[in-house]
Amino acid sequence: MKQEFIITIYSENNIGLLNRITIIFTRRKINIESLTVSASAIPGISKFTVVINETEERIKKVVGQLEKVVDVLKAFYHSNEEMVFQELALYKVPTEALYDSDQIEQLVRKSGARILEITRDFTVIEKTGHKEETQKMFEDLSQFGVLQFIRSGRIAITRDPIERLSEFLKERDALLEAMD
Amino acid sequence: MPVTKWNYQVTEASEIPEAIAKAFYIAQSGRPGPVLLDIAKDAQFQELDFEYKKCTKIRSYIPEHPVDPFKVKEAAELIDAAKKPLLLFGQGVIIANAEEELKEFIEKTGIPAAWTLLGLSALPSDHPLNVGMLGMHGNYGPNIKTNESDLIIAVGMRFDDRVTGKVSSYATNAKIIHLEVDPAEINKIIKADVGVLGSAKKSLPMLTMNVKANKHQAWLQEFRDCDKIEMEKVIQKDTFPTKGGLSMGEAVRITSEKVKNNAVLVTDVGQQQMIASRYFKFTQSKSNVTSGGLGTMGFGVPAALGAQLGAKDRTVCCFVGDGGFQMTLQELGTIVQNRLPVKIILLNNNFLGMVRQWQQLFFDRRYSFTELHNPDFIMIANGFGMPAHKVTKREDLEAGIQKMLDHNGPYLLEVVVEKEDNVFPMVPAGASVSDIILEA
Ligand SMILES: Cc1ncc(C[n+]2csc(CCOP(=O)(O)OP(=O)(O)O)c2C)c(N)n1
Repeated sequence: MKQEFIITIYSENNIGLLNRITIIFTRRKINIESLTVSASAIPGISKFTVVINETEERIKKVVGQLEKVVDVLKAFYHSNEEMVFQELALYKVPTEALYDSDQIEQLVRKSGARILEITRDFTVIEKTGHKEETQKMFEDLSQFGVLQFIRSGRIAITRDPIERLSEFLKERDALLEAMD
Repeated sequence: MPVTKWNYQVTEASEIPEAIAKAFYIAQSGRPGPVLLDIAKDAQFQELDFEYKKCTKIRSYIPEHPVDPFKVKEAAELIDAAKKPLLLFGQGVIIANAEEELKEFIEKTGIPAAWTLLGLSALPSDHPLNVGMLGMHGNYGPNIKTNESDLIIAVGMRFDDRVTGKVSSYATNAKIIHLEVDPAEINKIIKADVGVLGSAKKSLPMLTMNVKANKHQAWLQEFRDCDKIEMEKVIQKDTFPTKGGLSMGEAVRITSEKVKNNAVLVTDVGQQQMIASRYFKFTQSKSNVTSGGLGTMGFGVPAALGAQLGAKDRTVCCFVGDGGFQMTLQELGTIVQNRLPVKIILLNNNFLGMVRQWQQLFFDRRYSFTELHNPDFIMIANGFGMPAHKVTKREDLEAGIQKMLDHNGPYLLEVVVEKEDNVFPMVPAGASVSDIILEA
């Protein structure tokens, strides 16, 4: 059965790697629902967070292929339940709408969103949450005319008490040492 | 980029030594593969203080994982308990230089062993436990017996679709042990009951130590009985035909005999590749070069040139079809220029033979774009300054081959073969290995 999975890939920070990674998905016709790339907590190591809808069996194979990429250190996969995750959304609405009624203000308060910037013409609202939540906010704001709406890729953190990457790096160092 | 193992773009000359060192390390270690270094023009023209340090490890890349002794124990237990074990070996054995280790293992356990297309030559052809080639056009025995075996021991092979046929009806009665250097291959196509990660050079001797000495004479005899059937229905006709035009099989057989089964075989892609892989015989390892999974026509001639450079004192016999030959025949120039004594045997059936075979068997002989209008190949070879000779009759074949082998230098022998011969046995695409057919 297909379900949403979050794949986390740790890699050396090399140019061209993104292409090598996405090719693994496109070759198998797996759609990338969301992709976030950033520096990890460990200097020099990049972190990719990829959300895809697939069966666990295929995910396992994809993870194997990802780890085979020379510059990839390690890839993990998790179900949504195993991770705390968020996306960030920005909404641009006409400032006029805020004057007309306090509905937007109520919405912002109720949903834990915040206002980032107000100009004479427009106001930018920021909300973090799961996709359904940022989507709901978009729908709620629609009646006031949303000028622009953008949602980020997903970022996620494991519920696991151990930091698996540092564990992995320790093991890897031992393995590399043993190669001498 | 999709076909390289690793690639890197160099934009500064100062990066070049390290990038080159890394490139060689990656290309040659673990599961070897091509790497691509793209050195920008700017970097090519810069100057640098040259210092070269060999690359011996990379943090993100473990070419060879250490073998887990517990997995070896588990595998050994399965092996000791098996009644009908079958070992399948591929190029992993050759890459790891584990040919002796393979031989010791099968000789201690008495387990019949079959090679994949790329495993050819890792074991002598006439080794008593060698039961032949797997795959779509492999031998009858190892294909049929795969589904009767109760234990498959796969060594340095990846269960390619040409080997497995329909995966859901592959090795249905067998437990699977998979010895493999690449973690991504274990459980990829066929779920392994025991996966032993690591180089076969290390895992095989550990396994040999842990298993009991055994014999599987009756089981082995079943393979030999299959050989008899295949000999009668296919091999005899292929390699010793008495009527009709020349066959690819007889050209391959005679060539192999004349080089005392001790040459390097290079093949292109198609019928000639399958026939040569079936009938060419080997006495030493690292004697087979073919494109395998990335089966690209045109591979043969340039690969033969490379094989000759890599094995200067060996005879290199390159079998190529009239279709594939025309894809890279410009390399005849390189062969002549470098005075490489490559022997090219062009098996000319005037068709894209393998595709024609499919069109005949599965599309009611509706031939579409498979018949070729060929040039005069002898003139082409001569044009490059390469001596060439054409054989059309059975009585001239042996002498033609002998002349080619006796010639000191590169040589093209064109053998005009029967236009519509087919390669058998055949596991039809999408069928189970049990459904292998011996004739149309
Ligand atoms: C570059 C390339 N194009 C197409 C194919 C598909 N293909 C596989 S075998 C074959 C026919 C080969 O014909 P020929 O070289 O004459 O050899 P024969 O089968 O007759 O021995 C073709 C077209 C391929 N493998 N590679």
